[in-house]
Amino acid sequence: MVDYSKHEQVVVIYPHPDDESFGTSGTIINFREAEVPVTYLCGTLGEMGRNMGSPFFANRETLPKIRKQELIDACQVLDMDLVMLGYRDKTLEFEAKDEVADHLKKHIEKLGATLVITFYPPYAVHPDHDAMGAAAFEAVRKMDDDKRPEVWATAISNNRDEVLGKPDIVVDTEPVFHRKLEAIKSHRSQAEGMLSKMRESSDFIGEYDSALQRLQYEAFYKVDVDQVNS
Amino acid sequence: MKAIKMAEVQKHLDEFANEPVYIHLETTNGAYAKHFDSNAHNVGAYIRNAQIQYERGKIVESDGTYRVGLKTDGWVYAEGLTDYELNEDGQLLLAGHDQVGRLMVALQISRKPFQM
Repeated sequence: MVDYSKHEQVVVIYPHPDDESFGTSGTIINFREAEVPVTYLCGTLGEMGRNMGSPFFANRETLPKIRKQELIDACQVLDMDLVMLGYRDKTLEFEAKDEVADHLKKHIEKLGATLVITFYPPYAVHPDHDAMGAAAFEAVRKMDDDKRPEVWATAISNNRDEVLGKPDIVVDTEPVFHRKLEAIKSHRSQAEGMLSKMRESSDFIGEYDSALQRLQYEAFYKVDVDQVNS
Repeated sequence: MKAIKMAEVQKHLDEFANEPVYIHLETTNGAYAKHFDSNAHNVGAYIRNAQIQYERGKIVESDGTYRVGLKTDGWVYAEGLTDYELNEDGQLLLAGHDQVGRLMVALQISRKPFQM
């Protein structure tokens, strides 16, 4: 069991609007219910997303505006503060890691984070996920030992269990899954594809139950940033 | 966006010819192609706000999708285009989408830089 109330400030660091809702929103809700403030440092606006809808609801030029509003809506559902970092989708790995790390460190220190949640590089599949996680690890590494927050990292690669073993923390989101699903659905441009694929699948048992089957558990590895290379 | 009408797009391509324009050109099979199929690998190319000038732009139909080529000192082209829009900023957006509305290729032309 996680003792949510022992933390003072959680900072979630992911690159895309929706990463927080699909992967970590149940955990975020638990922290907020324990009255722990949570801030999302969101790297980009997902400008390069591919889903334009059928019929279309977006094109390449209107997508950033739509996803920004979806992000704001999701953060409202999750009762979480939001900082948009202003990087550009799919280019994070080409930025200078050190500069991104400094940028993140400033926010982490200013907020007084006791816990940082980010992706676990290189086990996070999307290049932005890995780059954002690596910069977050580096940001914590740059901090004085006694000021460092705890780090929890999300791994989603197919080989994660083989390489990293079982996750240290597994959160069962069922008690708060209605709100998790609401946060996910705030990202309409991203959720619709997943939801319609789900509806068409042979094991479909209703939107709530099928989504619960797929997204009930949120898993994290506790990371000592001095012990990892990325 | 709406389904490409060849004559409309050709007219717009002509309007942007022989002056400096900015282009956005991209193609992608998605960031998760390999994740979902270990035999595949992720492929993409992307250029945004390259300035070019073309002397001729031409659209060609091919089995229900379209190719567009721009003749510069070199060449720019895109294939698999299905939809288009001239947006409120006067930018010509051309894109190829699959059956569920996922963008696979885009070629866009603008007199002003695309927003960053």
